[in-house]
Amino acid sequence: MKKKLFNSAAAIGLLFGISAFGATGAQAADLTLCWAAWDPANALVELSKDFEAKSGNKMKFEFVPWPNFADRMLNELNSGGKLCDLLIGDSQWIGGAAENKQYVKLNDFFDKNGISMKDFIPATVTGYAEWPKNTPNYWALPAFGDVVGWTYRKDWFAKPELQAEFKKKYNRDLAVPKSLDELKDIATFFQGRDIDGKKVYGAAIYTERGSEGITMGAMNALYNFGFQYDNPAKPYELEGFVNSEGAVKGLEFYKSLYDCCTPPGASDWYMSQNIDAYKSGQVAMQMNFAFIWPGVNADANVGGDKSGYFPMPAGPGGHFAQLGGQGISVVANSAHQEEALAYIKWFAQKDVQSKWWTLGGYSALSSVVNDPSFATSQPYAQTFLDSMAIVKDFWAEPSYASLMQATQKRFHDYVVAGKGTAKEAMDGLVADWTKVFKDEGKM
Amino acid sequence: MSPTHFERAAEATPPMLAKKIRGLSDRAIAWIFVAPTIFLLLAINIFPLIWTIRLSFTNFRVNRPNAEVQFVGLDNYRRILSDSDIWLTMQTTAHFLIWTILLQVLIGFSLAYLINKKFRGNDLWTTIIVFPMMLSPAVVGNFWTFLYQPQIGLFNYVVGFLTHTDPSSFSMIGDVNLAPWAIVIVDTWMWTPFVMLICLAGLRSIPGSIYEAAECDRASKWRQFWTITLPMVLPFLMLAVLFRGIENFKMFDLVVQLTGGGPGSITELTSINLKREAFEKWRTGYSSAYAVILFVTVFGLASIYVKALNKVKER
Repeated sequence: MKKKLFNSAAAIGLLFGISAFGATGAQAADLTLCWAAWDPANALVELSKDFEAKSGNKMKFEFVPWPNFADRMLNELNSGGKLCDLLIGDSQWIGGAAENKQYVKLNDFFDKNGISMKDFIPATVTGYAEWPKNTPNYWALPAFGDVVGWTYRKDWFAKPELQAEFKKKYNRDLAVPKSLDELKDIATFFQGRDIDGKKVYGAAIYTERGSEGITMGAMNALYNFGFQYDNPAKPYELEGFVNSEGAVKGLEFYKSLYDCCTPPGASDWYMSQNIDAYKSGQVAMQMNFAFIWPGVNADANVGGDKSGYFPMPAGPGGHFAQLGGQGISVVANSAHQEEALAYIKWFAQKDVQSKWWTLGGYSALSSVVNDPSFATSQPYAQTFLDSMAIVKDFWAEPSYASLMQATQKRFHDYVVAGKGTAKEAMDGLVADWTKVFKDEGKM
Repeated sequence: MSPTHFERAAEATPPMLAKKIRGLSDRAIAWIFVAPTIFLLLAINIFPLIWTIRLSFTNFRVNRPNAEVQFVGLDNYRRILSDSDIWLTMQTTAHFLIWTILLQVLIGFSLAYLINKKFRGNDLWTTIIVFPMMLSPAVVGNFWTFLYQPQIGLFNYVVGFLTHTDPSSFSMIGDVNLAPWAIVIVDTWMWTPFVMLICLAGLRSIPGSIYEAAECDRASKWRQFWTITLPMVLPFLMLAVLFRGIENFKMFDLVVQLTGGGPGSITELTSINLKREAFEKWRTGYSSAYAVILFVTVFGLASIYVKALNKVKER
């Protein structure tokens, strides 16, 4: 009898236990965060464990490789999918996602929770969070600051025999280039050279055709030769700005860099191919987004003192670098908006942002990057700061995909396929963009 | 005698249901069996086709759910047919189609002819030859990018070795002159076995007695080939051409993996271009019209071809 009573009590206790666990489970939610599959995403998984422990919510992650990231995620947004509660979407999607109400507007939430956009690096707020640009309408919290910069083989640059030869040839030291012309000289110098018994090449640059690669690369040259997206005084006036003399020269420069100084077969290269070429010791320099720098620094072959970092060198028309990076948004279709907003609130905290930086994520919080210890915290930290100060971004219009595809085609046709002239490419781009903006009713 | 399965099933059927079934005609019962298939066909094939045709007359964009959808008449069709870039992709597709079919037919038929001869290891060779078509096109595209790699690629190494040139002096997928051939080579490598198998079926369907009769008439091997083998294999060969033609007209995955349509737009086939319009630029109405044009082209050409094929078979 006693045993029966004990069993019954245990059963009731178990039942209560299950019910209580069930109740807790119902309060907590499974949040899915969508982003690109790359090194920072792994850091975010690590970082998010703190959020899980604190909130009781379980984080799930959907990471898509970069070449398919836009396809996959825009498909998700456009089809009204419920896969993602939180999306770290590319900066250029903000216009479309805001106008089509695919992201939740965050102004009220920011006000209520004391999150101020003034606390973040201004370029990241404009680039990742605002739509329309330069207005206080926020659709994301700057999550990951990124910018195109350069990595170089410091150990090769330091070789005395190469130093001497370079000095003799160019009458200056073999050092970090200060201008695009100097960059090309260095790339030319290394092209086809034998180093440590291996044939090496000048530079790995972006040439990818399918998604956004060649645009993200060539735009750096164009900006620095004087290209502008439109007339600053009259929006959407393209003629004379997109195809200005400087813009044409910028594209010619990028082609000359591709022709003179890239490894054979580098006709469709983007982030991962450039990393591979650099880490395998094929190239002296690589153009790439700053997100790769922690990985390079930690690499067994090229990490530590063997590599150095420098911002995009200036050109005759200015000093700019292509903005990368993303903001984190709450998807309007999410069934867990409250929990998703709680994640953003948690993520915006200074201590979380500091940890984000230490784990390999690039914080956009000013108090983190302006901390006196920040610049010396990593070998690439100062280059990151210098680069973030000169950023410029591609169109973030709702029609960005059409604008991007037209640019990809025109640039690849000229730079890689050698079709026509740079002037024809830029004139063609004006015609393409004009058509898109006319279709949009913006011209 | 024990009752059959049918009799047992008839006995087990409830009387009301049995009465109902007895009241149905054979035609009605046939419809009951066919209806699920027809329903699926309508839902999966016919409805999307009709919907696509409808969308092709609008300016609908799937990424603008809040925008007003306007009827634009034939505007999308007019823009597509007057777009020089689209005609360029058509030319690229035609180049790809013609060369892949030509090479696959020539090599596939030759291989079938050889495999049809009795020799030791015949089955083993057939399996080895058929191997490429068992792979996924995306995988094939991916690993051929490595084979074509100028510095480490086996293809470049072999060509360099045979021609005494530097393997890294040419890039199959980065050179505008070589890239169209690079995709032709890979498709030929992958799908020639398919053509070979169809040709082999044709060759093995020819009765040996015909050749014996030709031997008695002292017909040369060459004569036997032209008057017996080729005419009798021709319907099979034409069928292979039809299959490969339709498949290659909509070729996408292999080429995307290999070249992404580049360099520039040199290898941008119509299917790649259509995908960019539909799912990168999100011009749904426009891309629907584009898809309709491609559908009509393939359907029209295939219909003409099937008529020719039937005529050949009737001879």
